[in-house]
Amino acid sequence: MYQFQNEGLIDWAGPLLQGALVTLEIAVLAYAIGLLLGLLGALAKLSRVWPLRLVAAGYTTVIRAVPELLLIILLYYAGSQALNALLRSLGMDGAVDISGFVAAIAVLAVVQGAYMTEVFRGAILAIPRGQLEAAQAFGMPPWLCFRRIVLPAMLPNALPGLSNLWLILIKDTALVSVVGFEELFFTTQQAAASTRAYFTFYAAAGALYLAITLASNVLFRRAEALVRRGQATG
Amino acid sequence: MDFSWLANPSYLAYLWQGFVNTLILVALSGTAGFVLAVGVALAQIVGPRPLRWLARGYTTVIRGTPLLVQLFFFYDGVGRLLPLIPGVRESFLWPVLRDAFFYGVLAFTLSVGAYVGEVLRGALASVPVGELSAARAFGLSGVQVLWRIWLPRAIQICLPTLTGEVILLLKSVPLVSTIAVMDLLKAANLVRDETFLVYEPLLLVAGIYLALTLVLTTGMRALEVRFPGVKPGRV
Repeated sequence: MYQFQNEGLIDWAGPLLQGALVTLEIAVLAYAIGLLLGLLGALAKLSRVWPLRLVAAGYTTVIRAVPELLLIILLYYAGSQALNALLRSLGMDGAVDISGFVAAIAVLAVVQGAYMTEVFRGAILAIPRGQLEAAQAFGMPPWLCFRRIVLPAMLPNALPGLSNLWLILIKDTALVSVVGFEELFFTTQQAAASTRAYFTFYAAAGALYLAITLASNVLFRRAEALVRRGQATG
Repeated sequence: MDFSWLANPSYLAYLWQGFVNTLILVALSGTAGFVLAVGVALAQIVGPRPLRWLARGYTTVIRGTPLLVQLFFFYDGVGRLLPLIPGVRESFLWPVLRDAFFYGVLAFTLSVGAYVGEVLRGALASVPVGELSAARAFGLSGVQVLWRIWLPRAIQICLPTLTGEVILLLKSVPLVSTIAVMDLLKAANLVRDETFLVYEPLLLVAGIYLALTLVLTTGMRALEVRFPGVKPGRV
């Protein structure tokens, strides 16, 4: 018993770093899916088909008005129930461990997608119309126009919003600890409870998150310089 | 969907208490956080160098770490160390320091101070210098310039952004359910534990938040329209 009390930050450094790695994993995957959802959402919002616009508007309004923690709990229950039913129907009962990971990513991606929809919509609307009309006049099919004109022209507009969303996502990953998913904050809580050194461990977790966000800031600044190359510096 | 549990007065009492606590939390930490934000923004613009660094460091740390971690840091980390200080248990502040609600208000206030501080810093910096010089030329003192010209102009510039910050504050309130404060989410969790209904209480709370956000956006929009010279924001 006495030995357990002697555990400190050093003994938990491994699990904490492991947790930080899991946090980064789910963040990167959720971000990638969120980007896709955001692009689809923005295209739906800007489309001529009104049912698409309606669905996209409902998606962004509801997701952005309901607290993230509430959404995560709600979607986590609903999502893992659906996933388990699916796996059972496929005869794969053993894959329960995976479902927690998948559900965590799915929930975060759905939330991110709603905010990204707004970022992409604004960025696409900010492209000068003449560029799109010129592309059409050249006879570019829609997909080629999207790939060659819309995407490169809107990225500089979208990147500040996207970098902001990445930082929000890193901080939101802590919320999936509430539904018992083992990432950085969940491991921290276990470590703090087991060593009773609450102050130390929460400060350490804070430092790890801060390191991730500060490093992300540097990377996003580089990315912004990259997509803005060729633009006049003002 | 089974909402028959709403007929039970004790569940309604949970929800009502959670609702009231949510509003109190937003009002308290929103007000205190705004005052802090003005200080943080001013410290970064006109403060002496050490104060400027302090404000910058505070903003970076708060905005770079999850609010949930901050909440547990103050509640579990600082909160458990406080009783070790001699005399704290006997002091008149102890009933407050023992209460999880206090740590919720503390963490949210610091959070609002950092996020709104950044917004205000940008807004204060973008008030045209000529207006401030004109105010000085009219013989207003430094405090008067701040109070009558600089701050009102800055708020005018960033009011739509402030609306967004208030909504973000409202949406972070469910976090306090994790430190055992009775909010709407905690109420939903209690109902779930007693009735075994998973989705209904959560969906109801989600609906309440949807309505609250709508009321808040409309209210702030009305404020923006009445505030001279503000372009109402897109929400």
